[in-house]
Amino acid sequence: MSQVVSCQPNCEGQPALAFDNVRIDRGGQTILDRVSFTVPKGAVVAVLGPSGAGKSTLMHAITGELCPAAGSITIFGQPIDYSNMGLMSLRCGIGVLLQGSGLLSDLTVAENIALPLRVHTALDAALIGRLVDLKLNAVGLRSARDLYPRELSGGMARRVAFARALALDPPLMLYDEPLTGLDPIATGVIVELIDNLNRIMGMTSIVITHHVKESLKIADQVLVIANGGIAFSGTPAALAASTDPLLRQFLDGKADGPIAFDAGRRPTVEETA
Amino acid sequence: MRAFLVAIGETGWFLLTILRASGPRRDFLPDLLAQIYSVAVRSLPIIAVGGAFVGLVLTLQGYRTLASYGATNSVSTMLGLALYRELGPVLTALLFIGRAGSSMAAELGLMKATDQIASLSLMAIDPIAKTVVPRFWAAVIGMPLLCGFFCAFAILAGYLEAVYALGLDAGFFWAGLQNSVDLYDDFVVAFVKSAVFGLLGALMATHTGFNAEPTIEGTSVATTHAVVNGSLLVLVFNFILSALFFKS
Amino acid sequence: MKANQARLDIAVGAFLLLAFATLMALAVASTNGRHNLSVEQVQLSARFSNIGELRIRAPVKIGGVTVGEVATVELDRESYEALVRIKVDSTVAIPADSSIGIYTAGLLGDRYLGISPGGDPESLKDGDEILFTQSAVVLEQLISKFLFNGQDDKEADQTPKSETEQK
Repeated sequence: MSQVVSCQPNCEGQPALAFDNVRIDRGGQTILDRVSFTVPKGAVVAVLGPSGAGKSTLMHAITGELCPAAGSITIFGQPIDYSNMGLMSLRCGIGVLLQGSGLLSDLTVAENIALPLRVHTALDAALIGRLVDLKLNAVGLRSARDLYPRELSGGMARRVAFARALALDPPLMLYDEPLTGLDPIATGVIVELIDNLNRIMGMTSIVITHHVKESLKIADQVLVIANGGIAFSGTPAALAASTDPLLRQFLDGKADGPIAFDAGRRPTVEETA
Repeated sequence: MRAFLVAIGETGWFLLTILRASGPRRDFLPDLLAQIYSVAVRSLPIIAVGGAFVGLVLTLQGYRTLASYGATNSVSTMLGLALYRELGPVLTALLFIGRAGSSMAAELGLMKATDQIASLSLMAIDPIAKTVVPRFWAAVIGMPLLCGFFCAFAILAGYLEAVYALGLDAGFFWAGLQNSVDLYDDFVVAFVKSAVFGLLGALMATHTGFNAEPTIEGTSVATTHAVVNGSLLVLVFNFILSALFFKS
Repeated sequence: MKANQARLDIAVGAFLLLAFATLMALAVASTNGRHNLSVEQVQLSARFSNIGELRIRAPVKIGGVTVGEVATVELDRESYEALVRIKVDSTVAIPADSSIGIYTAGLLGDRYLGISPGGDPESLKDGDEILFTQSAVVLEQLISKFLFNGQDDKEADQTPKSETEQK
């Protein structure tokens, strides 16, 4: 039952991620519509947007948890195969860092990081131990090897989850709110790790976050999701120079604007691509 | 009514999922042993104490009633048959569900609320195979063993009370047991019942825990349902099994 | 971490061993230990006109010692007799002219089969039938026997008296 699943897709010359006119429904409501964008290999993409706009929905669509009602999603040129085997090999190739870090509470740090290696590879314990040390080293937590998750601070737990997500050397990394709830130093550490590891390990990273300033520092491409679709897709510089009222409200952190302070009012917003 | 049928269907489906996910896995044995410790070994104190006091009170009450028929030497017969046929499996199951069933549901609910289940499935690891299956089999294996401990402590406590406190003869005590308790019809059936109760308790606990709402409230609701539904299922199936097994 | 693992393994191992030991002890000390697994058995049969409350798995005893059990009970549709098949420990040689009867354990207890061995040097083999049988004593028949016998005695007492009186 434990098979070595192919985790390195054949991806010459293909964009890492491509959404083509995707519509995603959930519970009878359309969350996202007419979503089209491509992410080139090796890029760091920041996905910004107001709360509840559909950023997590986008993530669920990429990991195959949600099937698009219309349009197509391709990862490294391959459309998503929604069968059990297909999803398994898809998820082996995507490293995900969830907001709650999701470390198993009855395993030590080292055992947590070793888990995907134990399940998906036939490597022996000694080799897995070395790989675990490697990943821990990459996030700067060699000393936490034998601690339990309850003994870690929030920032440390998140870094361990980061190391675990890197365990199988995935070509695509997804970060769901990686900077939430961290102090400024821990935030800086995570941001630097995302940027450096993306470059060193040749990955493509998609960072879903509220932290506009920090993420724009390392992003090559920015997507802003608002009002059920893409409100902006381009470089950080273009975003900073944008005059769109919705984007300006979001960037400047204004309480009132196209997105009403009083949720009852319905503003009009035009989409810019 | 319809909701009830849907619930039964869902639970049955969950059982099939657990059985299907029980295939050999690299970490199956270590996970199973860890769960046997957490679920069965740590329930031993409550089972032992419970068993001892049930044995004491059964012997006491039995003695009182049998004394009016002049049949006090049948106390051990009554103790043995009552324990093996009904009280051993049922009381062990209820104690077990209260202790281990609630903790299984709470652990699974908490894992759901803290994204552990989600991250397992995002790592392409079947969360049911990793979290539910070891707990399930630990309960099915552990429950008959705990029932054995319960009966042993009950009989031992009953023996000590009968011989040293009530003045009955030790030889008659053991002879009474050996003459009336059948190896297959009473003893083995008790452990078959226990295994079934372990399955039911584990099924309810893991089902409610795994499918809990990923919130704190959801976890506490799941724990309550695990204990209540599990206990009720045990009592219902006890009747069904008794009717099946004790035909003559 | 490794020490924790070792402690856990020891605890679980001890628990499992203790549990099995407890089960074995219980089986030996508190049950009748009736197991037919290691014992070779032969099947014999016997016919009775009335088996009373004899049940399947009832013990078969010789001299009060259990040597087997009742396997099946059927009705012979033609002779209206109860055909009882029993399994007996094959190491016990039962003479061919032995008789079998249905007895009661205690005053109002369960029925069991008792074999009284005969003197035939030949023993019964697998599939043989025990020919000499004694049916169960049914309580109602016993009581009615006493009732009717009592009546007969009274009549018998009266007739000779009247005869002597006449003389």
